[in-house]
Amino acid sequence: MNALLERYPDEVKAILARYPQEQKRSAVMPLLYLAQRERGVITVKDMAEIGELTGMEITEVGSIVGFYTLYHDSGPRFRVQVCTDLPCALRGADEFLKRLCENIGVRVGEPTADGSLVIEEVTCLAGCHHAPMFQVQGDGEITYHEDQTVESATETIAELRRRAAGGEHE
Amino acid sequence: MSEYVLLRHRQIPNLNRLEVYQANGGFAAFRKVLTEMQPADVLNEVKTSGLRGRGGAGFPTGMKWSFLPNTLWPHYVVANGDESEPGTFKDREILENNPFQFLEGLMIASYAVQANLSFVYLRGEFWQIGKQLERCIATLERAGLLGENILGTGYSLRLVVHMGAGAYICGEETALLESIEGKLGQPRLRPPFPAVAGLYNRPTVINNVETLTNLPPILANGAGWYRSLGTEKSPGVKIFSLSGCVRRPGNYELPLGSTFRHLIEELGGGALEGRRLKAIMPAGASSSLLRVDDRVLDTPMDYESVAALGSQLGSASVIVLDDSVDLKWLLNKTVHFFKHESCGKCTPCREGTYWMSHLTERLALPGEAHPGDAELLLAVARQMQGKCLCALGEFSTMAVTTAMQLFPEEFAER
Repeated sequence: MNALLERYPDEVKAILARYPQEQKRSAVMPLLYLAQRERGVITVKDMAEIGELTGMEITEVGSIVGFYTLYHDSGPRFRVQVCTDLPCALRGADEFLKRLCENIGVRVGEPTADGSLVIEEVTCLAGCHHAPMFQVQGDGEITYHEDQTVESATETIAELRRRAAGGEHE
Repeated sequence: MSEYVLLRHRQIPNLNRLEVYQANGGFAAFRKVLTEMQPADVLNEVKTSGLRGRGGAGFPTGMKWSFLPNTLWPHYVVANGDESEPGTFKDREILENNPFQFLEGLMIASYAVQANLSFVYLRGEFWQIGKQLERCIATLERAGLLGENILGTGYSLRLVVHMGAGAYICGEETALLESIEGKLGQPRLRPPFPAVAGLYNRPTVINNVETLTNLPPILANGAGWYRSLGTEKSPGVKIFSLSGCVRRPGNYELPLGSTFRHLIEELGGGALEGRRLKAIMPAGASSSLLRVDDRVLDTPMDYESVAALGSQLGSASVIVLDDSVDLKWLLNKTVHFFKHESCGKCTPCREGTYWMSHLTERLALPGEAHPGDAELLLAVARQMQGKCLCALGEFSTMAVTTAMQLFPEEFAER
């Protein structure tokens, strides 16, 4: 049985219908987002099911997961991704990231002790004029947080951890 | 600034609502195109306007469309909204605030090449924008402006938003097509060009979001009006994304040919307190550096004039550097970006960015550089140039070679 299709029958069909009938493979990226929505990660089983829906080998689906940075096969529920690329760095992003990590008591790329989130360093997010800035990826969404201070970012992170602790899903 | 051509939402509140957009002339151009013009007339008008691609290359838009053979069908149009060049955030402002003008432009382009299915490729990080665009498209379908037999003309068009998932390389047009096809975002060997064998191996036009957003005003007001803006060879307006060491970073819509001084000093407020301008990167992290002096500051920002200075206008993402910026640190930043974003297909780019990043890391840390590191860095950069399928490998070397050439004193061994 294809669990992804069973769980989201309408969405899977709608995704497949977007592309020309003989081009099912085009649906692999939106289907991966769908598989990742609830738990923030894509399992080997998900990859096999998506392969079935798109006519791809599981290894081909796996290579897509590996190539694109917004797909994850492991990791916590939330990812706080701080841009430290040149334009943001010229406006203090490196120092912002360092102080934020000190404040939370984690290192870049290492999940928090409660396993709820990780702070990561990423490349340009097209928010150069609002540095320091970061995005939060989790629960099937990406949200931008711009013109940040260490204090405002710390508050956002506390809120994310509360959501994770409460088991609350949107 | 008199009237905005692209950033019209700054003067008209709620322009992202269809009724507001239509009350302010929205879709008049699309209606006119569909009911009064043949596809070839649209193409000619755009050719005459002199509009050039705003994604970076500056290729004439009408000419790009004219390469599609009428013997191979279907045709596709793809809007490139992968905006990922460090320092570029112009398409984002259009998509967030003036989405219908962009969509109208995409619809005009689709009609011009008679595409019945067109795509919007957005970088995955523009998740919220993607949701909004899908709502806009649904609104247009309900309004009868998209779908079957639009306005009773027999022309049909469907638009699909395809989200990327975090890969700078997908802004390169053939990598973008691979990504829509559900493959790794890696550039294709050309020829054949996408105009002949593009998406699903069919003739395809790929235009940047800002390019397409220029089309409704061009078709509404005519090519002559458009040519009255900008310069003779670079007609029209451009959005300049200003970032880095300036007081007022942000997007500025200006006629092409406005000077760096006007953008950076008058609009951007100039250098921060007690600092001095040192260098400019006019095309984001991919730029050749310009060493700031009066001649550079008074240069008109159009494709030809910036090229004559030895740099590129590109997507006009102007990153300003002041005298507090250590260029070895800067190169470490830009090279690390390209190392991270290299798709790995071509060996000179994959290996070259890797080895350059080792060298820039050592050069950026006090006391870590080995004798000869700076020369080796330059040698690696030069060996990469002209050897890759796409421009990414080349881009990664631009800042390296020009910084070392224009500021040799910063790379002298101590």
